[in-house]
Amino acid sequence: MSTVTATPVRATEGRRSRLTQALGTALPVYALLLLLFGALAITDPGFFEADRFLAFVRRAAPLVLLAAGQYLVIVSGHFDLSVGAIVTAGVVVAAEIYQDFPGAHWLVVTLALVAAGGLVGLVNGLVSTVLRVPSFITTLGMMLILQGGVFYWTGGSPTGSLPEEFRAMGRNDVFGWLPWAVLVCAAAGVGVALLMRSRFGRTLIATGDSDRTAELSGVSVHRVRVIAFVLSGAAAALAAVLVGGYSGISAQAGSGMEFEAITAVVLGGVLLGGGRGSVLGAMAGAFALTALFTLLNLRGVSGALEPTVQGVIVIAAVAVGAANWSRPRARLLTGNRPPPGSADPTHAPGPTDSTGGPTA
Amino acid sequence: MTATTETRPLPAPAKETAARWRRQLSDPAVGIWLAALGVTLLGWLVVALDGGEFLTQPNITGILQNCVALGLIALGQTMVILTGSLDLSVAFLASLGTLVAADTMAGEDANLVVGVLAVLALCTAVGLANGLIVTKLKVNAFIATLGVALILRGWIEDNYTGPSGAVSPSFQRLGYDRIGPIPVSVFLLAAVALALWFVCRRTRLGHHMFATGGDEHAARLSGVRTERTVVIAHVLCALCVGIAALFLTARFGAGSPWAGTEASYDLESIAAVVLGGTILAGGRGGVVGTLGGVVVLAVLDSVFNQLAVDPFFKNVLRGVVIIAAVAVYARRRRSTRRSA
Repeated sequence: MSTVTATPVRATEGRRSRLTQALGTALPVYALLLLLFGALAITDPGFFEADRFLAFVRRAAPLVLLAAGQYLVIVSGHFDLSVGAIVTAGVVVAAEIYQDFPGAHWLVVTLALVAAGGLVGLVNGLVSTVLRVPSFITTLGMMLILQGGVFYWTGGSPTGSLPEEFRAMGRNDVFGWLPWAVLVCAAAGVGVALLMRSRFGRTLIATGDSDRTAELSGVSVHRVRVIAFVLSGAAAALAAVLVGGYSGISAQAGSGMEFEAITAVVLGGVLLGGGRGSVLGAMAGAFALTALFTLLNLRGVSGALEPTVQGVIVIAAVAVGAANWSRPRARLLTGNRPPPGSADPTHAPGPTDSTGGPTA
Repeated sequence: MTATTETRPLPAPAKETAARWRRQLSDPAVGIWLAALGVTLLGWLVVALDGGEFLTQPNITGILQNCVALGLIALGQTMVILTGSLDLSVAFLASLGTLVAADTMAGEDANLVVGVLAVLALCTAVGLANGLIVTKLKVNAFIATLGVALILRGWIEDNYTGPSGAVSPSFQRLGYDRIGPIPVSVFLLAAVALALWFVCRRTRLGHHMFATGGDEHAARLSGVRTERTVVIAHVLCALCVGIAALFLTARFGAGSPWAGTEASYDLESIAAVVLGGTILAGGRGGVVGTLGGVVVLAVLDSVFNQLAVDPFFKNVLRGVVIIAAVAVYARRRRSTRRSA
């Protein structure tokens, strides 16, 4: 039908397609974020005052870090279910370190934790790629190992306390107004965004889209995936420092965070199974999820019903995203196979069929 | 990748039997039962060296009893995973099932049938919801069932603060009666397994499930109503969870908000399914393997208990065993796929 449409119309369509392409599959999450911010502004007029808003960003920061790390793993075609356990382990291990070495410098401890997180990611990555264990199982096993190990080590209830200068990153401000966490979050965000524009980012997405094609094009598939896992583990350890600083030691510090991170990533328009979506969308998804929690709190939804509302909204948001922007390419993939729909020729994006065929 | 391009020499007749044996052994369902046997023998040896007795009748009864709840849920999970989907809502559904069953029965035998029907109706509804969200709203199964799990969790936390209701006395016998050394509930598990095996291997629905899981696009082009198949698989899974919930109610004597989540049946069942050789992406695997996976986990649990391993350290060992076991298959599967 495109032959009938006049040229100027085609031109605007072209511009619109460039815009949608720039925003990519993440368009619904930006809309959702705007919607939630609007609702927050109506519910609580003071929400957008600088200090309140920065406090909100600080609360969101750990999840944003986790979502960025999780994005790298998911876009390469895998899962990382161990991040919540890494957060818990990070907080508890930090407390144990300070019990044995009370004078340790906070930077040393932080770097040690991040390195340890990267090491966990390295094991996840090597087992998932070289040994070809589905990452769902690898990281699930790692979750059991870390949780069990931490509790075994601490005898079931972590004790001790974190010194003030270590907690500063999670709860103090720089220059008296800018929370450290916001700075860390922004730095990580810029870093990952640049990383995704680099050669590594492009090979990572190519690997997630079709690892066979990527391999034949000369990509060292295993290596990019292992690096993604390492970065995810390191990001989770950094999130642990923020969580530990913000809310102190708890055996529940990171429980459920792996699912929150995956939800945030999917909310951000990233396809489970890999190859699609932007890291900015994933991080926006984390902000949207935190905004949703904040809104539910402000609206006084009773604590018990909160999960229900959250579940409904997450399903609805993803459904809206799925209906507009993607097709059921692959509902769940464990990685070692290209999605069955990737050979689907009708899948090519583009607004050319404005008359609209059946989009079943 | 060179192996795929090499031309294989034709198998000599003498090698054929050996090749067939190797093929049989590389079938994960056979492998996991051999592993179960191996784990049992190893457990018996280790416990014997530790000065205990492993293969005693009460211990075997305990292992069998421990298989039932996880077994039922893992069987349901097998149906969903075979179809290429996933169900993360099973743990909360099991909890809600026990609460509904115990509340409806309220300790009266007269309410027994109503209680059972109420649980099955609830589970059918949740299964339908899962299936329809996955197929009609095109929400990724991981997120869809996670969302449903959150919804159920909110429902439970809003309405229940602790154990609730009471099971009817005659129904409680399902949890405790035995025929010889074998608990009655094991027969329930066997019956469900047999029924699902029949569905998978001998009915059109089963073939459609394998086809949908193997390649949904190809299945749809071949005339399979893939969406309906996925929905039915989700309903079957939820019904299995309902039966497991009924068993757990009979066992506990009351409904518990933590019945399903404490044992984290969602992730455990997926681990059992994958241990049993069913592929997470769908299309390959089956009921027999899943049962083997459940037996391995139950035997391991029993061995750890006999050795009085610290419960937290038990989790570490379990994680290592799951990863190692699946790694062994993954290697084997790769070699068979390459040569095929």
